[in-house]
Amino acid sequence: MTLFAALRRWFDERLDWDDLIAPLRHKTVPTHRLSYWYFLGGITLFLFMIQVLTGILLLLYYRPGANEAFESVQYIMTRVRFGWLVRSIHSWSANLMIFTAFAHMFSVLFLKAYRKPRELTWVSGVLLLFLVMGFGFSGYLLPWNTLAFFATKVGTEITGQIPIVGKPMMIFLRGGEDVTGATLTRFFGFHVAVLPGIATVLLLVHVLLVQRLGMSIPPKLEVQWTADPSAKREMKFFPNFLLRELMAWYVALGVLGALAAVFPWNLGVKADPFVSAPAGIKPEWYFLFMFQTLKLIPSKVWFIDGEVLGVIAFGLVGLLWLLLPFFESDQPSHMKRWITGLSVFALAYVAGMSVYGLLAK
Amino acid sequence: MAFLRNKLRPFSAAHVGLAGFVVFAACLGCGQSYGQSSGQIANTCLDCHSTLPDPLGVSQEKFSQDIHAQKGLTCASCHGGDPTSDDADKAMSPKAGWKGKIDRKQIPQLCGSCHSDPAYIRQFNPSLRTDQLDQYRTSVHGKRFAAGDTKVAVCTDCHSVHDLRAPSDLRSTVNPVNVAKTCSRCHADASYMNGYSIPTDQFAKYSTSVHHEALAVRGDLSAPTCSTCHGNHGAAPPGVDKVQNVCSNCHAFQAQMYEKSTHKKAFEAASLPGCVVCHSNHGIRHPTDAMLGAGPDAVCMRCHAPGDRCDQARAALLSNLGRLDEANKSADSVLRVAESSGMEVSEARLGQDQARDSLTKARVTIHSFRTDLVDQDIQAGLKIAAQNLQAGQDAMVERNHRRLGFGISVIAIGIVLAGLRLYIKKIES
Repeated sequence: MTLFAALRRWFDERLDWDDLIAPLRHKTVPTHRLSYWYFLGGITLFLFMIQVLTGILLLLYYRPGANEAFESVQYIMTRVRFGWLVRSIHSWSANLMIFTAFAHMFSVLFLKAYRKPRELTWVSGVLLLFLVMGFGFSGYLLPWNTLAFFATKVGTEITGQIPIVGKPMMIFLRGGEDVTGATLTRFFGFHVAVLPGIATVLLLVHVLLVQRLGMSIPPKLEVQWTADPSAKREMKFFPNFLLRELMAWYVALGVLGALAAVFPWNLGVKADPFVSAPAGIKPEWYFLFMFQTLKLIPSKVWFIDGEVLGVIAFGLVGLLWLLLPFFESDQPSHMKRWITGLSVFALAYVAGMSVYGLLAK
Repeated sequence: MAFLRNKLRPFSAAHVGLAGFVVFAACLGCGQSYGQSSGQIANTCLDCHSTLPDPLGVSQEKFSQDIHAQKGLTCASCHGGDPTSDDADKAMSPKAGWKGKIDRKQIPQLCGSCHSDPAYIRQFNPSLRTDQLDQYRTSVHGKRFAAGDTKVAVCTDCHSVHDLRAPSDLRSTVNPVNVAKTCSRCHADASYMNGYSIPTDQFAKYSTSVHHEALAVRGDLSAPTCSTCHGNHGAAPPGVDKVQNVCSNCHAFQAQMYEKSTHKKAFEAASLPGCVVCHSNHGIRHPTDAMLGAGPDAVCMRCHAPGDRCDQARAALLSNLGRLDEANKSADSVLRVAESSGMEVSEARLGQDQARDSLTKARVTIHSFRTDLVDQDIQAGLKIAAQNLQAGQDAMVERNHRRLGFGISVIAIGIVLAGLRLYIKKIES
């Protein structure tokens, strides 16, 4: 008996291992020409795990505080063995994770995977996307460099535009009237404790729901397969799909390694609150579509302040987005065309505005 | 007003009543009083003079720009008369103290009657100096003026009249950026300066100088203009033996080095004007290491013989400066490439500032004309530049290691992917 078989037997005797993984053995994944979109959720999960791992490693040396943060990141990048790699992977992985999370959301949207009975999977997923953006916003400030400092200043100022609760929220986020060392400590707390705690719970719920409800089949295919069950194609989740997912993870790891080795993440210049903001300062790419929209709204629309109107509009759109599955028909043959139209428009808007924001001076 | 009249009383005898281009204190009484707002003295002069052609015309707009008008003074403050009277004969009557056009010979004294009185000036500007007239009397202008030469500059020639602005005003003729142009109105006019036996190319030379570039192009108001070296009210050439005292006001370290050098004694013995010998005066160009060379910009070889001890020292200095300059460029170049490859070399980049400072310091130390002192700065700079170059080269080695490591990882990932693909194929066949 091999060592592996002996261990397996030992666990099986105590935990009834075979019974535990039995659902995975019976679980299947539909096979069709759009199956590869199923990998995006798994890749996002893999990048999240990378974030947790590299984040813990960075915590060994990172010191939050206006006088230490920049120097500690500099130390990590220059003195700590493989510190540059860990920090670069953390930064690149964060950006890739946000990208794959967006891509995953739009794939779910276009494949109508959010429809009944998967409304809660969608809601938990959209909440996770918001959290991921929160991770990005809070983590961006932590190296305490000039760009991060002013981007946070602008970002928290926009929060302050929310009617009634905006100002208290801004002061809560900043830890005072201005962006200072207190903001940095606060953002550090959000980034390494509050957001990971909430994200872990939501992630578990999301993954459990996916496991419980299985993979969605695109509506047209579902109608075809219901009419002709013999046309149905599927593969076993374990090990067939999981091995393919593992291949996707390896590819993601290769891309991450390439980015970190060839384009190490820049540290920039230490933040100086007493200098003026650099010209043409912009937020990170995933906030650009919102930033550019706010820039384009006139300062006054009728009697409402343009920026306030923009913030309210984004809040309402976010809420509508969260509740989108509840407007959809539960019949695969009667999908709402306006939701498809809205999805196409949303993708074009986010991509277009992001590119416009990137190119705008 | 009574106070002012008292101040001007000494000139009441000089009533000449000549028509001229300056403003009169009173005018033909017509129209309503100018500036008769609450608390302001009536000034009817401009009612007429604003409608008159030159040289009698002074527009209200022009006079309102004048610092004196803004401080509440009127035409009568200088020209006398009764500005409150609508009757021109009464307003411009000698009985009312009317002086008419101010004789050029009286201008310094007239201006000085207020500007030399600290108690009077204090009420307008406590920090304004009151020694202008005294200084003027010591200047070349003032001495010649006292000797009866009325062609030389008096107050109004530089400061203008009726629209005289504070020197801090960019439109003022004596604002630092305009001073050279103001001086050049006379000093660059060869026909006007005929008979004074001084050159008239100062402005042309200054316009090509490093000082002009700093002041006019870069807007550095601390850069020198004519009055910085020659003085303003006490304007005079610095004198051959005082040149380094003038230059040292800004170039303090160079002056300290020069003071202890052998050149100072040699220049003094030969009555040579210090700094000017090598750097010239009005047309000072940005100094370069070529000044130490043997080419067209070289200055040492104007006095020294080829192959002598000083020529050898010059060559050694030039060579050492070149070495440090090259070392800095090499380190900068490697660090730039490392940084653009994403390597963290900010400490070394910052360190390069020190190396460049050493080069600047060595160039300053040149003024001691001692190779041992210059060599100290050069060696310090070379050491820093070498450390930074090493840091850049280490960063490049590290970058190549990273890329090699990535290449090996790609191969490893490729092998795993191929293995997984084969395994999937096997279990599905």
